[in-house]
Amino acid sequence: MASKPKPEHVSVMRSQLGRVRGLGAARSGSHHWKAERVTAVALVPLSLWFVFAVLTHLGAPQPEVAAWAGRPVNAALLLALIIMTFQHMRLGLQVVWEDYLHHAGRREAAILATSGACLLLGLIAAVAVLKLAAMAH
Amino acid sequence: MNDIRKAQMVGRSTESGLVQRPLSPHINIYRWPPTMVASILNRATGIALSAGSLLLVWWVVAAASGPAAFSAMEGFVRSPVGLLLMLGWTASLFYHLFGGLRHLAWDMGYLFAKPSLNPLTYAILVLTAAATVVVWLAAYATIEG
Repeated sequence: MASKPKPEHVSVMRSQLGRVRGLGAARSGSHHWKAERVTAVALVPLSLWFVFAVLTHLGAPQPEVAAWAGRPVNAALLLALIIMTFQHMRLGLQVVWEDYLHHAGRREAAILATSGACLLLGLIAAVAVLKLAAMAH
Repeated sequence: MNDIRKAQMVGRSTESGLVQRPLSPHINIYRWPPTMVASILNRATGIALSAGSLLLVWWVVAAASGPAAFSAMEGFVRSPVGLLLMLGWTASLFYHLFGGLRHLAWDMGYLFAKPSLNPLTYAILVLTAAATVVVWLAAYATIEG
């Protein structure tokens, strides 16, 4: 059964006007790239602060480390570090899969699995920080 | 084909079919430019840091769990394998940090001129080594002192 080919704007479900106005990928296409940079910028001071914090607590007993991490400012900075780290990691690993996995199904599966792992690891770390903040007095 | 090097000269013509001609940059005969090494290292250290993020999770979870879990984590970090991983983690973090700053500068249109590219790459390697050494010296000073 030969059917007449549909006009292009019907097959992509978007009007010609919507396309020329740059609604769609023209607006959201750079989102991933931008989010990777924004998280990178945030991680510059956060990771330097973290390295410094670890250095000054080397060999410290657990109660001291827990008390330090439970202080509001430290807990907030740790949460920011965790959120930015795992978001940046998810975005970066996604690009790695996109570059090297050429089978669409395997690629999507790997990206989903990586994203899930990043989310879970980030949540576990965040819950631990919240627990430390709740325990501190 | 009686010369193995001819295997590197087999290309495909636009009309389909194989042709013999020198192919431009082939991995086996290509001298890696420093910028290419730097780019690969940035990705490699990013992947290494992703694995290293498990240490960050372990650290906060152990701190939140109690003294026993915390000393188990410390025991691992102070073992030879743990110390090696921490050294790799420190170096990867600083490389990715400096390499990332270079990318951010490029994204804003700075330092992209050809003469600055290779010196910038060497500068990142030197900075990474220096920062890693400083952090580990400070770590030893903290533990000993």
